[in-house]
Amino acid sequence: MKTWQEITSLKNVKIWVLIIIGLFLLGIPLFASQFLNYLMLTFFAYAITVIGFNLLFGYTGLLSFGHALFMTVGAYTAAFLTGKFSVLYMEAILVVAVIISSILAALIGAICVRYIKIYFAMLTLAFGMLFYTFLLKFYYLTGGDEGMRVLRPYLLGFNLSEIPKMQYLTRSYYIYTFVILVILTFVMWKIVSSPFGLCLKAIRDNPEKAEYLGVSVKRYRWYAFIISGAYAAIGGALLAPAIGQVDPGLTYWTHSGTLVFMTLLGGFENFFGPLIGGIVYIFLQDKVMSLTTYWRFIFGAILAFLVIVAPGGIAGVVSSLVKKEKRDE
Amino acid sequence: MNEEKKMAILSASDLRKYYGEFCALDGVSFKINEGEFVSIIGPNGAGKTTLINVLTGLLTPNTGKVFYKDREITGIGPEKLSKLGVARSFQLVNIFPNFTVLEFLMVAIVSRLGKGTNFYSSLLRNQEVTGEALEVAKLFGLEEKKNVLAKNLPQGDKKLLDVASAFALQPEVILLDEPTSGVSTSEKNKIMEILVSASKEIGIKSIIQVEHDMDIVFSFSDRIIAMHQGKILADATPQEIEKNEEVVCTVLGQKECFKIFSTLLKR
Repeated sequence: MKTWQEITSLKNVKIWVLIIIGLFLLGIPLFASQFLNYLMLTFFAYAITVIGFNLLFGYTGLLSFGHALFMTVGAYTAAFLTGKFSVLYMEAILVVAVIISSILAALIGAICVRYIKIYFAMLTLAFGMLFYTFLLKFYYLTGGDEGMRVLRPYLLGFNLSEIPKMQYLTRSYYIYTFVILVILTFVMWKIVSSPFGLCLKAIRDNPEKAEYLGVSVKRYRWYAFIISGAYAAIGGALLAPAIGQVDPGLTYWTHSGTLVFMTLLGGFENFFGPLIGGIVYIFLQDKVMSLTTYWRFIFGAILAFLVIVAPGGIAGVVSSLVKKEKRDE
Repeated sequence: MNEEKKMAILSASDLRKYYGEFCALDGVSFKINEGEFVSIIGPNGAGKTTLINVLTGLLTPNTGKVFYKDREITGIGPEKLSKLGVARSFQLVNIFPNFTVLEFLMVAIVSRLGKGTNFYSSLLRNQEVTGEALEVAKLFGLEEKKNVLAKNLPQGDKKLLDVASAFALQPEVILLDEPTSGVSTSEKNKIMEILVSASKEIGIKSIIQVEHDMDIVFSFSDRIIAMHQGKILADATPQEIEKNEEVVCTVLGQKECFKIFSTLLKR
């Protein structure tokens, strides 16, 4: 039997806090408005994307400015499969999205991981914009700037087409997406706590030293690129049925910038930072957009403020406050 | 033992390295045998660090070849070299600042055991990796600081940790670029003694070091390679180097020259 001290140890407290937050998020549909549920659903899709993005950015030290490409691959996979091939099983969509994005990430990553810093950022941005142009110009295939419709997918084999759309999205689809987020967050936690995760952090901190200790720097960066690409594709595939229509704007460089913003806002040095950034960004954007059309100006100011005053993001500020509190005790 | 019969573990033949017009290595050839502790000495700009960088594959020479045992390793690159059994430490402290001592050592062990592509198992629950990291930390007297971040260690310990991580690879040959630079005089001997005992414990066959401190060079080396302007001026035992007035004065400068001859006079 566990002692009270064991139950209230720091590690256990953290787990309990996570469980409570998880239950709260799961229970939101019971008391919140449909609109709030819808915003949360969008957050879940972005959360999966940024948690994968941060494996590349926060843990490997590679800043991609074209990561929305993989999110778009996931979203268009959902559109193609549901619209053109009548494949409505969400699980099949997710598997295909992971396969296609992994292959694409392996090809693009093989080129990009040879470079670092601004060169890596510019290359990824260039690939993102290439894909944008492809989606825009091959309109017979992709619908051009009008994009493609995404039909309502089956969840776990259940055809839920009888349920009203918002009820479907804010109940069944909400829970489905949330469960996937929880699973993928747990998987990512395992990855960053594994020997592979340690090697990625070593590469981020000092690639030259890592190489002298036998770490295959480029190969590991490539693996991280593929994993983060697959995460983004899952995020995109889950976002697509929620928005109902996909268009090339998803892969425009400003959308990649949004992923960077979310991660910086929450704090890339903390595992949960990107998730915090994602939820704050989505709700803040909704609020600010309802107040002014110049919302990009406000967000620009927030970004400048963050970089100058709190480069560790929200999680960094909270963490330093907790440390200060402990020191004062 | 007859010198000719000893097995060469690392050798270089006619290495030349140019930085533009400047010739940093000018026809350098030598052999390092199993069981030797070799020091490379010379004034600043003699080409010592360039030589280490060429030997460890970080730089590719313009001409010449490097061999590890019978295998050519010229320009092979640090990662492959470490897997073959050659490791190095750096002149300037080269660490992962945000890693604890234990995590730092675990990078080398994970890499040596080929567990780097283990995506899913918990690192901290891996007894083999954590146990070995702790063993290496003990060897270098760092076990009490195992949870301290590398950036918060004193300078001497940072240097030790850098070297310890190279030792954790369990190489056959280790190249140490000024292992005691930036460390207080009182700590230098301690560090060298730790290095020698740890190398015996781990089974390192040969140590090659670049060093400026002549007390350390003459106390620990089996052989000394003296360099000047990219060339080898002398390759001999410490006793022979000590007797070579011209080489000593050319390579070590007036201060060391005076110091060594004062010591000889006292004897």
